[in-house]
Amino acid sequence: MNRWLAAGGILLGALVVFSFVSAGAWGGADGVAGDTITTINPSYEPWFQSLWTPPSGEIESLLFSIQAAVGGIIIGYYLGRDRPRGQSQDMGSDLP
Amino acid sequence: MHIMEGFLPGIWALVWFVVAIPVISYGALKTARLARNDELNKSHIAVAAAFIFVLSALKIPSVTGSTSHPTGTGIAVVLFGPAVTAFLSAIVLLYQALLLGHGGLTTLGANVVSMGVVGPVAGWVVFRALNPYLDLQKATFAAAVIADWTTYLVTSIQLGVAFPSGPGVAGVVDSIVRFASVFSITQIPIGIVEGALAAGLIGYIAMSRQSIKTRLGVTA
Repeated sequence: MNRWLAAGGILLGALVVFSFVSAGAWGGADGVAGDTITTINPSYEPWFQSLWTPPSGEIESLLFSIQAAVGGIIIGYYLGRDRPRGQSQDMGSDLP
Repeated sequence: MHIMEGFLPGIWALVWFVVAIPVISYGALKTARLARNDELNKSHIAVAAAFIFVLSALKIPSVTGSTSHPTGTGIAVVLFGPAVTAFLSAIVLLYQALLLGHGGLTTLGANVVSMGVVGPVAGWVVFRALNPYLDLQKATFAAAVIADWTTYLVTSIQLGVAFPSGPGVAGVVDSIVRFASVFSITQIPIGIVEGALAAGLIGYIAMSRQSIKTRLGVTA
């Protein structure tokens, strides 16, 4: 097991667990920045709307999942395809 | 880091497009050239782009009670430098603007500049500086973390200059600090997660073929 991936996974898990035990709205920081704009300049009106937005949160999460899944498939495909022979066991553990 | 659709005044939207378009164009040419030259490049470009796809789809909860997402540009920066990263980021940001209502077409220029240009340049400089002294994974970790944090800092600056809270430089600085405070604490752990994942993946990429180690100047 690659220890960098393990460390990243553990930290990611810790953040998710933290979100269970801590109070918060858990909205996106991008949206919070948008709210800050309206605080600084209450008269500002967004002058352009998205051409199309997902009709519901479910469909939005579907499209986000597809984005992540396509990326994951490509990474898996190329790493598997380019793997050198004879190193199938325990990849990554003996890296410098 | 995605500035929402319509949330930049027209003049600033234009300014960031003017900055972004030459870099994206050069990056597109460079990507095409790399892909033509070498079959291995093609698979590495695909993996680098896919890493951006995966990571920028993850909205991760952070310590501040809000969620934010990594940029995923670390792999592309380390393998191909900032120009190719700008091109790949533009593709992802366009997808998100058109299909997810995330970011926007008018703010695409600004978002490419933060995520695809300035953040990657910072990460690339860090990688170049550290690579001779650290192993590939540690240098990639540092590059990805710096690229992520810088991206959000640039977004804060872009919003700060467009929406100063008062007259003159003081108002701009005050606004930048306010926007940076929205992102900074949230982004610290997320940047570290991103760095660790990038370092892990580059380890597998480097193992997959010897030639990449030669190209990155890694001895192992």
